Amino acid sequence: MIEVNGVTKHYGDKVAVDDLSFEVNPGQVTGFLGPNGSGKSTTMRMIMGLDAPDSGSVRINGRPYRNLPLPLREVGALLEAKAIHPGRSAYNHLLYLAQSNDIPRARIDEVLERVGLTEVAKQRAGKFSLGMGQRLGIAAALLGDPQVLLLDEPINGLDPEGILWVRNLLKGLASEGRTVFVSSHLMSEMALTADHLVVIGRGHLISTGTVSEFIAEGSGQFVRVRSPQSIELAQRLVAEGAQVINEQDGALAVTGSSASAIGEVAGAHGIYLHELSPQMASLEDAFMEITRDSVEYHGVSSSGPVAHLTPSPASRK
Amino acid sequence: MTLTHTLPAPTPRNHLRMSNVLRSEWIKMRTVRSTTWTLVAMVVVSVGVAAIASAAVSGSWHTMSLGDKLSFDPTSVSLTGLLFSQLIIGVLGVLVMSAEYGTGTIRSTLAAVPNRPLVLATKAAVLAIVTLVVSELLSFSAFLLGQALLRSPVPHATLSQPGVLRAVVGGGLAVTVLGLFGLGLATVIRHTAGGISAYVGTLLVLPLINEALPSSISHPVGKFLPLNISDTLTSVTHTVGSAPALSPWVGFAVLCGYAIGALVLGGVLMKRRDA
Repeated sequence: MIEVNGVTKHYGDKVAVDDLSFEVNPGQVTGFLGPNGSGKSTTMRMIMGLDAPDSGSVRINGRPYRNLPLPLREVGALLEAKAIHPGRSAYNHLLYLAQSNDIPRARIDEVLERVGLTEVAKQRAGKFSLGMGQRLGIAAALLGDPQVLLLDEPINGLDPEGILWVRNLLKGLASEGRTVFVSSHLMSEMALTADHLVVIGRGHLISTGTVSEFIAEGSGQFVRVRSPQSIELAQRLVAEGAQVINEQDGALAVTGSSASAIGEVAGAHGIYLHELSPQMASLEDAFMEITRDSVEYHGVSSSGPVAHLTPSPASRK
Repeated sequence: MTLTHTLPAPTPRNHLRMSNVLRSEWIKMRTVRSTTWTLVAMVVVSVGVAAIASAAVSGSWHTMSLGDKLSFDPTSVSLTGLLFSQLIIGVLGVLVMSAEYGTGTIRSTLAAVPNRPLVLATKAAVLAIVTLVVSELLSFSAFLLGQALLRSPVPHATLSQPGVLRAVVGGGLAVTVLGLFGLGLATVIRHTAGGISAYVGTLLVLPLINEALPSSISHPVGKFLPLNISDTLTSVTHTVGSAPALSPWVGFAVLCGYAIGALVLGGVLMKRRDA
């Protein structure tokens, strides 16, 4: 169990995390979602005691990270895939970690087997691909057989097979009753992997709850209507108390009303309808909608400003 | 997809042990090539320079002035190469810490051992033990080889002569302490190039700057510079008319002060800063 209580962190004048509070519970995969630059990695580092919060506190299994008697046996973390000396072999990287926390050597072979790196265990980590580096990082996280796992963007650099493997691994770990906290900026991935979501933007908590709650909250369900008499229809609907937005292709996006109510209004006034379709937002749309105001970096496309979830080069730290 | 549970459950008495952290740091040090290469380079260069310097004196002895012959210190000549050892060990001392920051390994390290002063202390201990063994072997080898290459009529020294054993042992000690100074600087600076620059600056550039100053300043300051201290420590005779120097062991204490100062500052900053 991870408890984050009112944590705030500044870097210089910039607020990275602002009064953030949430809990991560055992037995489920909790997705930590946010656009790039929203403070996910900073929060992860504060949970691990690597960065100190300006105010607030973080507890893992009831205590601050630094007070864990044998940290690797309680918490396993993948913080950055390349937090590995390129000149050291995968085996030796795990060996020094195991030695520090009194973990038997036999366990190293087990986790290497588990992540599929047994064959290359004696090779220098500098020769590893991004995906192999991620696997080594995951091996390090599993080393102490911890109850709590933190993984920062674990699927970065993995091929489709690797992504599927991570997804099943995380679900398997959670089903064993472990606390699994995994960050991503990919909503679609979290929809498949996570049971619970913590969503942040610009260091603020935006939403927390189950995946389905999140979709309901963020979907802002609307009805798309097309009509050759769209101006008249819009006026009628507004008079009925609905909100109408003109979409770029001439369709109307109607909120505050239902498809059947709109159809009845149209029928009552002899307005032709070419389309009448209720829209359900995907998790991706919900994420876009909810984080729209808190995306740190906006790209500009030809049709106007659009929030980009994939970063432009300048937005990478 | 279930984890096999091979680990005994941690009992309340299980906690991070100094011996485990020491072994962990030792594994880290011996499993990167830079350690081996810097130590090999240190031995080859220093013993090689001892051989060359001693052979050169043997060849030019008959052309040396009487004054030079009278002030000739065979111990010091054979330990000339220790200057290079001092430079190279600084690089190793810096790398032991800066490589962790450069590669991000420091985050893995601190996740495993959140007690930062313990990480620094065990790193220092492992570096000190390894360096002390290598540098004493090196110092004795350089001395013995150098003396063997000093041919009659050039006087040569033996370990039983007054001050000689101190110079040879002191040479290895100075290298060890300077390695720790490098480690301390790297902990403060957290950057390989910056750490090495600061180290070389203190060792080689400060004496050059000091020499450019009037002697009323350079003499009292100069005797506290690491290079002059180690020079005195590895010499048996003191050249008349040269700049004043601290006595060998007082100088060594000052040298230790450099290392301790850098390590303590590094430890305080490490504890305070984000990793």
